[in-house]
Amino acid sequence: MTENPIKKAIERCVELLPDGKRWQVMEVCGTHTMSIARMGIRTILGEKLRLVSGPGCPVCVTSEGDIVRSIHLAGLPGVIVTTFGDMMRVPGGGKSLFDAKAGGADVRIIYSPTDSLKIAEDNPDKQVVFLAVGFETTIPSIAATVELAGKRNLSNFSILPMMKLVPPALRLLCEHPELAIDGFILPGHVSTIIGHQPYRFIVEDFGIPSVITGFTDRDIADGLLRMSAMLASGAARLENSYARAVPEDGNSSARALMEQVFEPANAYWRGVGELAASGLNCRNEYARFDARTHFELPDGEPPEPPGCLCGAVILGKVLPTDCPQFGKSCAPENPLGPCMVSSEGACAAYHKYGFSDEK
Amino acid sequence: MCLAYPGKVVKIDGNDGEVDFGGFTKKVNLMLMPEIKIGDYVLVHAGFAISKTTEEDAIETLTALKEIRDAFYEERREIHKEGV
Ligand code: SF4
Repeated sequence: MTENPIKKAIERCVELLPDGKRWQVMEVCGTHTMSIARMGIRTILGEKLRLVSGPGCPVCVTSEGDIVRSIHLAGLPGVIVTTFGDMMRVPGGGKSLFDAKAGGADVRIIYSPTDSLKIAEDNPDKQVVFLAVGFETTIPSIAATVELAGKRNLSNFSILPMMKLVPPALRLLCEHPELAIDGFILPGHVSTIIGHQPYRFIVEDFGIPSVITGFTDRDIADGLLRMSAMLASGAARLENSYARAVPEDGNSSARALMEQVFEPANAYWRGVGELAASGLNCRNEYARFDARTHFELPDGEPPEPPGCLCGAVILGKVLPTDCPQFGKSCAPENPLGPCMVSSEGACAAYHKYGFSDEK
Repeated sequence: MCLAYPGKVVKIDGNDGEVDFGGFTKKVNLMLMPEIKIGDYVLVHAGFAISKTTEEDAIETLTALKEIRDAFYEERREIHKEGV
């Protein structure tokens, strides 16, 4: 545990919560998963409050089919694939983008999606495809990139849309009969874009208290304290513990650009399957920037790696330590599923920060 | 993947801005935050300013995130070097 006041705050959470029940709170965001593991919070919480990780890592929820399509694209002649680094080692169909690159494919890790435009301009005889993964935090920057490509009339740039929207996944979690989640720690940076409104149903329709939470140790302690206080009093409110960065209305300019470029589409989530209107596709005016209009890609959804419980981990049904492969046949050096690859995957976080205290 | 880093806007030229992240500055696209002014603190994600924040946040978050980033991104930097 890091600082004392934070430890005190977490201990206070345990004091506040009524006995006789094992409370279950989901931290939806992968960055929270990482911080909570690093801070050793689960040890202090003990049996009374169980923190489960949710579908908050865009790479982890990317479907097996999308990974296979990404790797296929990288292998096509004349194609440069650009991607966020997190995607590189995710296995799909027995290999990864990293393997494809080692085998001669031109795969480039970028920091901003707009870096792809420069690569496209510098390589007019190649097709540059950006692997568009991300939640609402990232989607506006992808929309901006597509818009800029349109303005610059780039004919050798496109994206493979694999973007996911957080609220439809939250609805699924609320409705799920097996999950019984008592509260949600909501993702701070997704909220900077979408604001409060898309979360209201959690409180209004399902009566589940929720706290928009930031990322410092103090933020996380504050989010958990507010959560424990609500659980103790039986109140179900949407609270914002990260108001310094999350205005109630979010970022309306960013949302306007998202809506200009993309329209809702069904999307396939790992471990979940297809969720209606939980992803985005390019609108007609931008359809030429959808890689699927230029390349023939393998369709369908191949089965997820045998023995990997990522799907159940993503939904908080099991802890990473419940997976028989965990730390044995699956470790960061030889990952079986994306939850062990991504820096924000629950399996990677548990593996890195110790797991003896997690049960 | 949704990490965003706070910094101070020190230069604006149309949609192109420069943000100071406590010692080093980086080019940042301001297209998603048209109302931003020099001296404002912003959260930056994937090269874009996505939200305003406070100076206190910038100092505290940068310290806290450094630890996480260092731990997880070493390997990535390696890949990056041979990448682009
Ligand atoms: S430990 Fe590995 S195999 Fe098990 S769920 Fe996590 S990623 Fe999948």
